[in-house]
Amino acid sequence: MTFRSLLWDEASVPTSRPGEPECFGDLHLDQVVAEVARGREDYDLAPLLHQPLGDPAMIAGRQRVFSDLEDDDVAQAVSTFSERMRRMRRYQGLARRRHQAEERQRWFLDAAQVYLDAVRGLRDALAAHELGSEGLQALRDHLDALIASSSFAALARDAAAVAEALDEVRYAIAIKGRRVRVRHYEGEPDYLAEIEEAFAKFRERDAKDYRAQLPPESQMNGVEERILGLVAQLFPETFGQLATFTERHADFADPGVLTFEREAQLFLGYRKHVRALRNAGLPFCYPTVTPGARTVTIEDGFDLALARKLASQGTVPVTNSLRLGPGERVAVITGPNQGGKTTFARMVGQIHHLAALGLPVPGRRVEVGLADQVLTHFEREESLDTLRGKLEDDLTRIRGILDRATADSVLVLNELFTSTTVSDAVALGHDILERIRGLGALCLYVTFLDELAEAGPETVSLVGEVSPEDPTARTFEIVRRPADGLAYAAALAQRHRLTYDHVRERLRA
Amino acid sequence: MKVRLLHPDRDVPVGEPLPDHAEDLAADLELDSLIEAMAGDDDHIRRVARWLLLAGAEDRAVIAHRQAVMADALAAPAAVESMYRVATEALEGRRRLFFGRFGSSPETVLMQARRLLDLLVATLRRLRRVADAHRQHLGSSGLAGLCDRLDTELDEDYLDVLEGHLEELQLEEGVLLSAKLGRGNAGRDHVLRRPPQQGRLAKMLERERGGLTFTIPERDETAARALAQLRERGLNDVANVLAQSSDHILDFFRVLRDELAFYLGGVRLHRALSQQGAPSCWPELTEVADVLATESLVDAALALRIPEVVGNDVDATGRPLVLVTGANQGGKSTFLRSVGQAQVMAQAGLPVAAARFTTTLAPRVLTHHTREEDPEMESGKLDEELRRMSAVVDAAAPGALVLCNESFSSTNEREGSEIARQVTTALLDAGVRVVYVTHLYELARGFTERDRDRVLFLRAERGEQGQRPYRLEEGEPLPTSFGADTYQQVFGADLSVDAEER
Repeated sequence: MTFRSLLWDEASVPTSRPGEPECFGDLHLDQVVAEVARGREDYDLAPLLHQPLGDPAMIAGRQRVFSDLEDDDVAQAVSTFSERMRRMRRYQGLARRRHQAEERQRWFLDAAQVYLDAVRGLRDALAAHELGSEGLQALRDHLDALIASSSFAALARDAAAVAEALDEVRYAIAIKGRRVRVRHYEGEPDYLAEIEEAFAKFRERDAKDYRAQLPPESQMNGVEERILGLVAQLFPETFGQLATFTERHADFADPGVLTFEREAQLFLGYRKHVRALRNAGLPFCYPTVTPGARTVTIEDGFDLALARKLASQGTVPVTNSLRLGPGERVAVITGPNQGGKTTFARMVGQIHHLAALGLPVPGRRVEVGLADQVLTHFEREESLDTLRGKLEDDLTRIRGILDRATADSVLVLNELFTSTTVSDAVALGHDILERIRGLGALCLYVTFLDELAEAGPETVSLVGEVSPEDPTARTFEIVRRPADGLAYAAALAQRHRLTYDHVRERLRA
Repeated sequence: MKVRLLHPDRDVPVGEPLPDHAEDLAADLELDSLIEAMAGDDDHIRRVARWLLLAGAEDRAVIAHRQAVMADALAAPAAVESMYRVATEALEGRRRLFFGRFGSSPETVLMQARRLLDLLVATLRRLRRVADAHRQHLGSSGLAGLCDRLDTELDEDYLDVLEGHLEELQLEEGVLLSAKLGRGNAGRDHVLRRPPQQGRLAKMLERERGGLTFTIPERDETAARALAQLRERGLNDVANVLAQSSDHILDFFRVLRDELAFYLGGVRLHRALSQQGAPSCWPELTEVADVLATESLVDAALALRIPEVVGNDVDATGRPLVLVTGANQGGKSTFLRSVGQAQVMAQAGLPVAAARFTTTLAPRVLTHHTREEDPEMESGKLDEELRRMSAVVDAAAPGALVLCNESFSSTNEREGSEIARQVTTALLDAGVRVVYVTHLYELARGFTERDRDRVLFLRAERGEQGQRPYRLEEGEPLPTSFGADTYQQVFGADLSVDAEER
């Protein structure tokens, strides 16, 4: 089996580069992409995270690759491999760009050696492991065949021989004024050691380091380049061997290996993210993704972007669950401000997109349909000239969303129509919800209008919880129950002993 | 090079953070006036003496070591003074040469370090000669031992070798480096080799070694800089070693100056107290528990202000609690301070202001005194006292000496006495010695009834006008306490009868 791709079936490798979906900003998935891609900028990972899959078999295939990579040893092997490949490319760049012939040739040799280490190291590490995914199995077979090939063996043999010869070169540089003499080294004693010895008896404790930060030794200046030219003349045979090597192995890197390297970054980057949050105590799972499913189960999900932010402050978000039975397609979320409503809606949108990418998702157990797209409408920051302009803009955007949505789409609508009167907003809201019900799409609808939560059997009412003891403390829990906009006020009254009963009792005293 | 004047086996970490209670100790025992007498205008003495007094307990061998050096210093102050002067001059040399800071390039560091070392090596020679001159008057293992070490370790031959290296490091014949090939065939592991020998013969030899040469043209500044950079690869480490060696020698001088500073301070304090007619003796430190015996023990801080102060004779041997009661202005606090000061001075290695002072070695000396009201009023006064007592308990250990002055007088007598009784009894049971000055009659009476075998009761009598301080006499607490007075003083209000009866 020859290796083609970890991510795609042969037939479905994308030919064009997808842009960022419009929902990414609203759902903070752009932050997730940035987090996954951090430190991997060279690989252009964002497009891989932009395109949901339409085929459950491919989703399952990616989940199995990810599952293989959950093993620390396997992930470490792939990381080490990637680091080496990055180093190889850096050396290749130097082998092209540097001025001096002997320097360029040596960078080429160094690149080849790192490549050999990368390929052999990965193969050896994978050989020791049971791999469950077709993707990594195919890679392993590919590496076996590659390493067994005669061209690879020749590369390895020649590289080792030249490197060994170069390692044995010793030379001396005598500098006096502007005159430089380069010659063989003849065993002159180490002067530093003599000086250290002479002053040793005063050394009672560690001293400050007075060494200047010199440019790295590998960065040659003009004089060093000239010296290298002379060293090559002192050791003609060794440097002849080096020149021959570069001609014989001009194009050594295998294309299959390079493809794997890029695609693996998606998994490694996401894995790092998942790992950090799991360590903070948050659950992730492989979602069950069923095309056309009409129920939703999310247990202990959370907003991935928020979790990341909180984790960096040493805390974790409250997890939330959502269960929608057959036919329950619209969840209307009401409750106090800053109570986690938007975060909840965002979480559901994120989970659907990530599930369609074939990645593990936030949550203990997740069963969702296969979303063809996640469409969002959040209130825009920029202020339009007039309220009417804003309402018009809202409606235009909604219209666009409804035009694009299908029964397999997920809609996340956040605080619509705040620019108009309540009665208008209720009427408009009912209308939009009616259209969504008509489409059969899954919809999360965040609103301060309780009325919208009572719109029929397809509609489920979710409410942001208030703590009865301290109404100012937010629980960030979103629970399924009828909307009751007064709960918050009632709890506050309780705390200040101003409820009906309290006031009666106090007046009696 | 080891100094070892303060400790037979190691350097004493002067300047390291002191225990939390140290500042309370300094304030409560008025140690700063003793330190002032030691230091005068010398900040080094102030710093070192303060640290050593506050740093806490040492073992008996260390104290004996210091007492011997101190005795040498008292007998031959010129030895200590002249060595101290040489050390001080060496330490000023670096600042004089280049404002105390090394440059940033290896060439500059090398040049500066070489010049500084020239000066330091010369100063070492001078120090050795001064030490040789005073050696015959010294008998302590600390001070005489140091002079002997200087004599053997810094002999003329060795100092000549150092000067030879410093001369050679002017690198008049250029530098020789060896190297290997690294990544990209760049040179790596540059090592400075012994430089080419001087003289014509050497030059001919070098030429015969062959090799390939090039010369950088006069006007090519880029190449000249590149060459300088390469030279620095060879000089970086050796410049570092020289700069560090100069630091090490300066460290030696710094340790020497600091350790001598303490004894110089000790000499000055001793002189000042003698001039005031205060008694002086070498304390006797024992590991036998619960020993405290004094003759004419005076408050040294007070003695520095007032001539011919009268001391106290007390024998509390076998009694871990000394409970002092009696009149205000009756010398209670003075006595408490004198015990604390003597303990602290004894354990630092100094003579004490008494005709005789025998005490059990204490791993910690801790104080708990009443404080001015917290100006922020962030916490109530009792709360504040409890918090401090809790810190004292944190710091205490078996054998510690705890000095309490009117502790827990910020609440009503019954409550204060009960808290104090519980804390004190617990401390005694844990093997802690306590000297407690109190006007809490309830507390004192409690001890006369329940625990009298473990307590020495002392009583202050209000003496005649102008006659102070007052000697304490052995005696049990009297019920006519001055509680109401003190309460009024502390709180600025009359003692409430309700509080008494609660």
